[in-house]
Amino acid sequence: MTADTDVDVIVVGGGLMGTSAAFFLRQRGYSVTLLERGLVGQQASGVNFGNVRRQGRPLEQLPLANRSREIWNRLPALLGEDCEFLPCGQLRICYDADAAQNVERYAHDARDYGLELELLGPTALRARYPYIGHDALLGSLGPQDGHANPRLLTPAFARAAVREGAAVIENTEVLAIERQGDGFEVNTTRRAGPHNNSSTTYRGAAILITSGAWAGAMAARLGEPVPLVARGPQMGVTEPLPYRVEPSIGVKSDLPGQTVYLRQVSRGNIVFGGGYRNDVDLEAIRAYPAPEYTLHQLPLMARVLPAMAKAHIIRTWSGIEGYLPDNLPIMGESAKVSGVFYAFGFSGAGFQIGPGVGDVMAELIATGRTSTPIDSFHIRRFATTE
Amino acid sequence: MAELRVVIVGAGPAGVRAAQACVEAGVRPTVIDESGTSGGQIYRRQPAQFTRPYKALYGFEAGKAKAIHCTFDDLVPHLDYRPNTLAWNVSPGVLHCVQGEVAEALPFDALILATGATDRLLPVRGWTMAGCYSLGAAQIALKAQACAIGRRVVFLGTGPLLYLISYQYAAAGVDVAAVLDTSPFLGQLNALGPMAARPTLLAKGIYYRAQLLLRGVPVHTSVTPLAIDGDDGVAAVRFRSGRGQEEQLACDAVGMGFHLRSETQLADLARCDFTFDPDLGQWVPQVDADGRGSTSGVYLAGDGARVLGADAAEISGELAALAALSDLGLDVSTSRIDKLRRRQRRMETFRRGLATAFPWPAELARAVADDVLLCRCEAITAGQLREAAASQGAPEVNRAKALVRVGMGRCQGRFCGAAAAEVLAEVRGDALEQVGRLRGQAPVKPLAMTTRQEEKA
Repeated sequence: MTADTDVDVIVVGGGLMGTSAAFFLRQRGYSVTLLERGLVGQQASGVNFGNVRRQGRPLEQLPLANRSREIWNRLPALLGEDCEFLPCGQLRICYDADAAQNVERYAHDARDYGLELELLGPTALRARYPYIGHDALLGSLGPQDGHANPRLLTPAFARAAVREGAAVIENTEVLAIERQGDGFEVNTTRRAGPHNNSSTTYRGAAILITSGAWAGAMAARLGEPVPLVARGPQMGVTEPLPYRVEPSIGVKSDLPGQTVYLRQVSRGNIVFGGGYRNDVDLEAIRAYPAPEYTLHQLPLMARVLPAMAKAHIIRTWSGIEGYLPDNLPIMGESAKVSGVFYAFGFSGAGFQIGPGVGDVMAELIATGRTSTPIDSFHIRRFATTE
Repeated sequence: MAELRVVIVGAGPAGVRAAQACVEAGVRPTVIDESGTSGGQIYRRQPAQFTRPYKALYGFEAGKAKAIHCTFDDLVPHLDYRPNTLAWNVSPGVLHCVQGEVAEALPFDALILATGATDRLLPVRGWTMAGCYSLGAAQIALKAQACAIGRRVVFLGTGPLLYLISYQYAAAGVDVAAVLDTSPFLGQLNALGPMAARPTLLAKGIYYRAQLLLRGVPVHTSVTPLAIDGDDGVAAVRFRSGRGQEEQLACDAVGMGFHLRSETQLADLARCDFTFDPDLGQWVPQVDADGRGSTSGVYLAGDGARVLGADAAEISGELAALAALSDLGLDVSTSRIDKLRRRQRRMETFRRGLATAFPWPAELARAVADDVLLCRCEAITAGQLREAAASQGAPEVNRAKALVRVGMGRCQGRFCGAAAAEVLAEVRGDALEQVGRLRGQAPVKPLAMTTRQEEKA
């Protein structure tokens, strides 16, 4: 069957980027249908670490990250809830001189982009955060950043988009996107419930592809292959411990597998991730953390927080994220098919900038331009000469 | 021929018989067991310095307990036996274990999961108070430690264990204030037909019941539990009798359980498909007649696959091992398999009878009051789940878990999952099956941060 309405924008993929874009498009008065294969926020958007972190991002991402950070402040007004966002600081620490040098340089360079970072030497670090392992050489604190609950944010954006008038259609897989006159036809099939396997065609004037690790195949079908690789983050959580650790803490290291990050939620559990990422199967849709990688993380975390050595891990998980070789996302209009827009491939770093991505994509689709530079994320950087 | 790597998890009746079948076939299996001694929960051994005779510990089952213990003790020299070891995760072809602080990855050609069962619980107001135990825990206290959970105990729930443990407590001289069964007596009579498939077991059930009567222990059927009362621990149980009267019984401990639920996390982590069993109202790993799971090389036996009790567990352990050995190319007698399958089918008939006699009181789970704790680990009330399901939308249990943390804590939903699924299905007006099942996540039990990988020699 064919859906009886034509909309301005069909959003393909109900992760954080898609749901926030749907919300901000509705705020601009655009009609939106969002199509999601499973449930909103089930993949990378829902399983990530929950870092609201600007520092460490490539400098050209900072204007977007700043725009997003401002939206994080307004979540209660926009969504009616704060999604457990705690702006309690985000701290990077390092153990070796090379990393420390990089961190210092970054703090200097980021200032030009409006990101103020506070550098803490070993003594200051110990005085401020006595629970951090004493062999840390340097800390770099982003005092305005922090962490939030990724399981809540995307469903909250989806509900807000629906309240604003968007149609969010779950359990509906997009099979094909076809140019049809001035707009597009999107052929879908139902993936659950009494109408399982029934097909529906949706029509829209523009298409926004926000299907994460699965977007690569869609871009390829539109004639724009990109070297997107699916990887699984290694996440876990401890039992609840007395609440002490305020900032979200990450280790900055250039050594393979040495980067770990952790945050304590106010109810006491310490959420962690990092180390290595494993291969995932895009067909299976479910990703499992690698047991040996979980074990690899344990001593790395005990080095950051020695008191954590007494704790137990109660749960681990993984997910499916899309990575690009330069670790930059793809954002902007298609170079091949006008009216098709992309926002995917956030390379394990999409959570903090997600609300800003939705906002900026809505601006781009509505006005044809963006007040925040996103040009270095354009898909044309992967164009092959034929 | 390269040595076949068969790994068995669990050293209860199913695991022991699986190990025996392997050894008989000339294979040296690895046996992983969380406990320090073999026997499982049903035939749990008492501490070494205790001297109670088998008859006192296991009653009618003394002979079977002794047989399992002796069989295993004789097998030990032919096994790679690893007691006090937790199987915490599975990846394709590899079981991940931890003993003390040392983790080890064990590659396998066949993995036989004989992981047993735990009590199926139902939230009742006050159920998290000190003095509340599961039936299984009450039995372990008595069997392993010769302790009672209280001086005056109420046993509440349904299922054969309710009567067995009440009898064991009464026989041990504990003041059993009452047995409160949520199932109607008539249903139990109606199920006599299928339960007659195992006449001896049925006779034992009747014997326990008669003994309770003889000892003057009141047995109430068709009971609706209302609350476990007390300020600083259990002081009384309040319930509505089958006749509709509200009654209160003073006691200082409660043993509670509504039959059993299979421990299926390892099967889930081994990526086995699950199927909904409408008789049990539970999701169970999909198995063929011999215990093959849907994942190649993974076999399931005992109560961890289907709650059929210890005798059936012995049969299914042997069957699963024979299936594994046969799949690995060893010669296995088909007549032996046929005979075991026939015996197993009788167990199935009996199990269906049990499900009729002692139904899971889904309506009680669905009616849990809003302010009653549903998820103990994360302190989530039934009302919080209902509110989130209604206002935020949770079409299945994993989404509910993500939104309100039901089943996110230490037990990973093993003890709240059944009731949470009922509550969610009720809010949505869905059948239980529609709300799905909580996906298993490693570690199977909490894993110490000090766990380190074994150094390769």
